Amino acid sequence: MTSAPDASHAELSRVVREHAGSLAASLVKLIGDFATAEDLVQDAVLTALQRWPLEGIPERPDAWLFTVARNRGLDMLRRESNYQRKLAELEWPVHSEPDDRLRLMFTCCHPALPRPAQVALTLRVVCGLTTAQIARAFLMPESTVTQRITRAKRKITDAGIPYRLPADEELNERLTQVLQVIYLLLNEGYLSTSDQAQSRNLVDDADWLATMLHQLMPGEPEVAGLLSLIRLHRARATARFDLGGGLVLLQDQDRSQWDREAIAKATELLVRAARQKRPGPFQLQAAIVACHAEARRWEETDWEQIVLLYDMLLHLAPSPVTRLHRAIAFRYTAGAHAAMSEMDQLADALGDYHLFHAARADLLREMGDPELARAADRRALELTANPAEKALLQQRIKSRPD
Amino acid sequence: MKYVLLFVETEQFMNDLHAMSEADRARAFDRVHQWFADNAHAIRGGSKLQHPDTATTVRLGEGEPIITDGPFVEGKEVVSGYTEIEVADLDEALRMVRTWPGCPVVEIRPLQS
Repeated sequence: MTSAPDASHAELSRVVREHAGSLAASLVKLIGDFATAEDLVQDAVLTALQRWPLEGIPERPDAWLFTVARNRGLDMLRRESNYQRKLAELEWPVHSEPDDRLRLMFTCCHPALPRPAQVALTLRVVCGLTTAQIARAFLMPESTVTQRITRAKRKITDAGIPYRLPADEELNERLTQVLQVIYLLLNEGYLSTSDQAQSRNLVDDADWLATMLHQLMPGEPEVAGLLSLIRLHRARATARFDLGGGLVLLQDQDRSQWDREAIAKATELLVRAARQKRPGPFQLQAAIVACHAEARRWEETDWEQIVLLYDMLLHLAPSPVTRLHRAIAFRYTAGAHAAMSEMDQLADALGDYHLFHAARADLLREMGDPELARAADRRALELTANPAEKALLQQRIKSRPD
Repeated sequence: MKYVLLFVETEQFMNDLHAMSEADRARAFDRVHQWFADNAHAIRGGSKLQHPDTATTVRLGEGEPIITDGPFVEGKEVVSGYTEIEVADLDEALRMVRTWPGCPVVEIRPLQS
């Protein structure tokens, strides 16, 4: 046994994640049926999470998981002699190609599956999360997650979604799907305060997936861009919350808490990706975050460069949210009034987006209109469910004298 | 695997087609014929359908069947034809549909085997 019986929850999850995807990939290949293989792996993961806390993590967790999955398979498939014969012949280690997990990811993120199902499947199949863990991470009922996964697996089988790497001409589009799933995990995990005993830090999973993808596809600059983006966020994560778990805005953060070494490494990764001269939305977003991360003080932020990068990003991937962020940066190069007239054009598209109103409140305060600012903050408060953001907005509404 | 491709026409598409010159329209039909020729190896059958105005819908339930004029859903998007194909998997079907030069919506539906 490599670890004491009281191995922490996080450590268990880490070990499971290291091996679940490979096991799933091997089993899909051997059995030839995605849904069955996935069931077996989930079962092995659940067994491990029950037994490892008591027995300790085994020396060869991969072989352990494999044996449980195989025995379970023999049990479950007694009547299906074809699978049974295949499983009975299985010996550990099974030889899996290096790109097996890649194939797994592309199948989980197939564009014929709805995005929420892509996310749930990736977490369960590639990262080895249990359905309960996924439900907790997204604050959703477990039955919803179960239903999504069941439907997605049925579609994979019934609609003939293949288990293989996309052809060259499809690769870019398909890779974008995978990257968007990882990006969604980053966003989802970004605002949650970490270290709640049972909650899963999805940023950690996003980092792990992007790292793996980068190892398997080192020549893809957008993969490196996304990994760099995740690392740049993580390098500054501790400064984003105060001791009471409250959200600290970028301009108020204690930058001495930022991990300078991690920032330098993530920036280097981005620079290497950019040398390939194949720019993309993730490289540009990482470049914007790098501009912030490299500034030693808020006052040293290179806003001209940031506005320029937003212009490039809007050119590649136009979106109202990106226009909002550009307008926020524009304030520091062109002033509050100029930024406000940019923002006014977004009222239709972003009227229900809390950050739109929070950003307007900021500008209105600078423009000397505290009444309208307070109203905008109130509107933002109505529109967000995130506790940390709520607390910050309430504080802003309260702190100004009437 | 076998799939049916359901070709769906929109009002806009029909208007555009009518607005074309005769020569342009002939070229558009040629492109569609060429697509069927290029994909002949995968195509197992199918047909263009008559205009939805010609459809008759029968609803069976308690009592007498109810017979109504028109397609089962009224909408701006109507099924205008179908083709059965046999290909390795959904990705191959998607590749085929990607080059479809006709109507702007295609539904890919697997057949029950």
